[in-house]
Amino acid sequence: MNSSAFQQLESLRENNVIALKEAKEAGHHIVGMYCLYSPAELIVAAGASPVMLCGTSQKPIPIAEQSLPRNLCPLIKSSYGFAATDTCPFFYFSDFIVAETTCDGKKKMYELMEEFKPVHLLQLPQIQDKETALNYWLSELNLLKEKLEQTFNVEITEQKLRDAIELLNDERRSLKALQDVCKHKPAPISGIEMLTVLHNRGFALDKRATIQRVDQLTSELNERVKKGISTLSSAAPRILLTGVPVGLGSEKVVRIIEESGGQVVCFESCGAYKKVEPVQQSDTPLRDIAQCYLSIPCSCMSPNTNRYDLVANLAREFQVDGVIDLTWQGCHTYNIESFSLRKHMQQEVNLPFLQIETDYSESDSEQLKLRLEAFLELLADR
Amino acid sequence: MKQISVGIDIGSTATKAVLLINGTITEHVIIPSGWDPKQAGRNAYDALLEKGQRVEQQVQTVVATGYGRITLPFADRRVTEVTCHARGAEHMVTGSRLVIDIGGQDSKVIALDGFGHVTDFIMNDKCAAGTGRFLQVMAGVLDITLDELGELALISQPATISSMCTVFAESEVIGLLARGAEKGAIAAGVIDSIGKRLPTLVGRMPNSEYITFTGGLASNPAICKRIEQNLNIPLRVPEFPQLAGAIGAALIGSDITTKKQLAQGTQL
Repeated sequence: MNSSAFQQLESLRENNVIALKEAKEAGHHIVGMYCLYSPAELIVAAGASPVMLCGTSQKPIPIAEQSLPRNLCPLIKSSYGFAATDTCPFFYFSDFIVAETTCDGKKKMYELMEEFKPVHLLQLPQIQDKETALNYWLSELNLLKEKLEQTFNVEITEQKLRDAIELLNDERRSLKALQDVCKHKPAPISGIEMLTVLHNRGFALDKRATIQRVDQLTSELNERVKKGISTLSSAAPRILLTGVPVGLGSEKVVRIIEESGGQVVCFESCGAYKKVEPVQQSDTPLRDIAQCYLSIPCSCMSPNTNRYDLVANLAREFQVDGVIDLTWQGCHTYNIESFSLRKHMQQEVNLPFLQIETDYSESDSEQLKLRLEAFLELLADR
Repeated sequence: MKQISVGIDIGSTATKAVLLINGTITEHVIIPSGWDPKQAGRNAYDALLEKGQRVEQQVQTVVATGYGRITLPFADRRVTEVTCHARGAEHMVTGSRLVIDIGGQDSKVIALDGFGHVTDFIMNDKCAAGTGRFLQVMAGVLDITLDELGELALISQPATISSMCTVFAESEVIGLLARGAEKGAIAAGVIDSIGKRLPTLVGRMPNSEYITFTGGLASNPAICKRIEQNLNIPLRVPEFPQLAGAIGAALIGSDITTKKQLAQGTQL
């Protein structure tokens, strides 16, 4: 894409490895995270930098399979493989890792990961609308707060938490505004380009600078919309991609959709639209944070009706033609939930729905192409 | 002006080609795909033209489908076998709402709107189980042809074959033979293991009074009968079940010709 803001964001991951090394040498603290449930506000309030860790590449999976079952989810195998092979610079520079008991595969994998790096495991409740669950989650966040305070020898004050909430809410605002440019028909940016930005921004150390760059890209894209400039065809079926986390390295389904003439205009995934709801300030800052994170509509929650509503609303707002639900092999929660989501989508928005179950490897590309092309033909035929 | 289109379906096992003149199927050919899908497509096309006494220049639109569709350089359009099978099934069994297609390397269940348009589909393509290839391998173990497999299966009580994987099912069959099980019982068991897998796919699609059964396997009445028993839904088998994809492709080709002619203002 011909945009300096985009190019900066595109090379952000590489550039940040250097920044990371320098920051570390200057005595800065780094805390690694894998999941959207990691409350980054606490890490920021402790004066450390939260960074996303690698887990979207096929490359370290064969090594991971020496310890983990082959039929496990590729995201878990990849995350573990990067740690085991010490090939993720962000993992390497992390003082410790914050992790959660989201799914069975992850929580058992984290036990093994302890061999390479200290892991602070947050016990995540799996129901969202009970006061007991919120209180439990709040006590877990308190434990993380103590851990951060002890490890980095700092005090996390209410004011520091409020400042962190403000900063990260601004990040959410900026990410939402960026994604919302695709509500326009045709969208001014491809799904792969959008994913590149959403993926890379997680590796940034300087949050303020990244927010600024994302805002710059958003205003450039809005400018293009105004001028009617888009490199994309207005006839391309518009796709909402929901389900498991996707990133660069695990983007094959997005790539095939777009190579086959479709366009992913909305990602209802962890680094994307699941991340845009701000922390509402109404109680103590820690409780506000707990409330916000507990509301994330991940399939590890039961029930997870917020996700059905979110997907249906996004389908309307982004004027999509079809919904594709991506499930990683071995992800039981998303896999089972697909059945109910399909039903909900048919009843609420009457949209064609396709579930794709795959892993990070290229072994099934031809079969995927057939399914995705057939789905796009179905959409074009409507 | 005559409207002439050709549909070529390059499957993993067989390549099928259909000549459509003014909406009527006038000729068809079926040849083995062999190892070179591109050549198979070319050969099927040449054989079809010769049979129909036409030359390439007379054909307005060629549509390719099947797994080899990408390799065919002279195709005007490439359309997936899901869309083509639906269209072909509708042409042969008007008003079809559900189509089962068992091909060489995958099986699919397609839901239709009653007018040949796909509304939903589900596929098993991750594994040979439940595909034509599975039956071929098993027929090979029994040293019989696919047709013989079907005939043998008609007269026997099925043996249970529980392995989901073709390789393990093969060992299971060899084990059954070693224990002196009857060939016919094994043949019936082999077909049932496909039939028993289909309801899990069909159950995820909308209900239908009957199912249109296409693909090479559907030409075998014994196989159809056993599958019908397993599904407990009546099957309708068109006259040329194996041609559904190629017919659909030819029909889509003829739509494309119509559009082109309309755009050019040519009188039809």
